[in-house]
Amino acid sequence: MSYIEPHAHMVSRTTDDYEKLALAGCEALCEPAFWAGFDRSSPQAFHDYFRQLTEVEPARAAKFAIRHFCWLCINPKEADDPGFAREVMTLLPDFLDKPNVLGIGEIGLNKNTRNELAIFEEHVQLALDRGLPVLIHTPHLEDKLKGTRIMLDSLANFSGLDPSMVIIDHVEEHTVRMVLDAGHWAGMTLYPESKCTPSRAIDILETEGLERIWMNSACDWGVSDPLAVPRCMLEMKRRGYSRETIRKVAFDNPRDFLSASTNFNLDI
Amino acid sequence: MPTRKELLDMQFIDARARVIDVAAFLDRIDRHPGDGEEPRLKALRRALPILLSDSPGRAKAVLEALSDTSDVMPESAAFQGATGAPPASEPA
Ligand SMILES: [Zn+2]
Repeated sequence: MSYIEPHAHMVSRTTDDYEKLALAGCEALCEPAFWAGFDRSSPQAFHDYFRQLTEVEPARAAKFAIRHFCWLCINPKEADDPGFAREVMTLLPDFLDKPNVLGIGEIGLNKNTRNELAIFEEHVQLALDRGLPVLIHTPHLEDKLKGTRIMLDSLANFSGLDPSMVIIDHVEEHTVRMVLDAGHWAGMTLYPESKCTPSRAIDILETEGLERIWMNSACDWGVSDPLAVPRCMLEMKRRGYSRETIRKVAFDNPRDFLSASTNFNLDI
Repeated sequence: MPTRKELLDMQFIDARARVIDVAAFLDRIDRHPGDGEEPRLKALRRALPILLSDSPGRAKAVLEALSDTSDVMPESAAFQGATGAPPASEPA
């Protein structure tokens, strides 16, 4: 069955993974800018990274008939150094008009610091100024609840921000309701060891509903599974969900949110 | 929607294995030298009774028990990464 992978870090994955995604039915994937597993030594390194996201990965994906889109920003972890982060942000205007760029992301908080929050808010303002959607990363493990609350409070202070232009990713049982109640979209990340398992993601769909929610693999350089979304679709099938419902969550919902970007289209 | 029995048929063995794994993990920790008041262990012990609750929302409650609920917002991070349990300074 066709699906959209709305969050995957393909710079960390092999070409074989692209083939597996294509064989599993992936029509399009979206790659948010993120932390590479180590701190870059200079803002210029981000110039190369943004070229990789806007030129190299779309070409790799196209070889397997997958549409590749990306989100640009400086990630929350490297945003704790505001001087460095602002230098990286000066690179963004040159890239935001590239044809596969969807919006600003994945911005957010990592250790819930004031420095991170300042850079988060500058990114939100940039998205507002340009009319772009926003993809938000929520912190890991014990920091997630606090970070989600801080960012929801911050977003509520942006008058003129349409909450439905914002997806807050990596939600779990303790954060999903507050995100949806604020009018934002929610993303569930399917990880083997942290975030959501397929079973729990389906539980969340059962308890919170099927509106304004998507699921992703967020596959990267860490413990993660590029086929997590089709695995969860299979689990939904085992739990008795109809084809239509599975398609809604795995294809229609991401398509609907991503269509907030004028660059998103599924024609090859 | 599967029935309760069908869900048990599908998932009971997996849940059983996870409970045994946690029990064996606690035994393993006890057998080895070190600080018994380690914050992660304290947080885990605080979370375990939630499993015995009769009300729904157990997963949410466990996640909350393993979350940082402090209000402080430092200027910059004292350390990177996350341990999976609230900082030691929080009340148990
Ligand atoms: Zn990510």
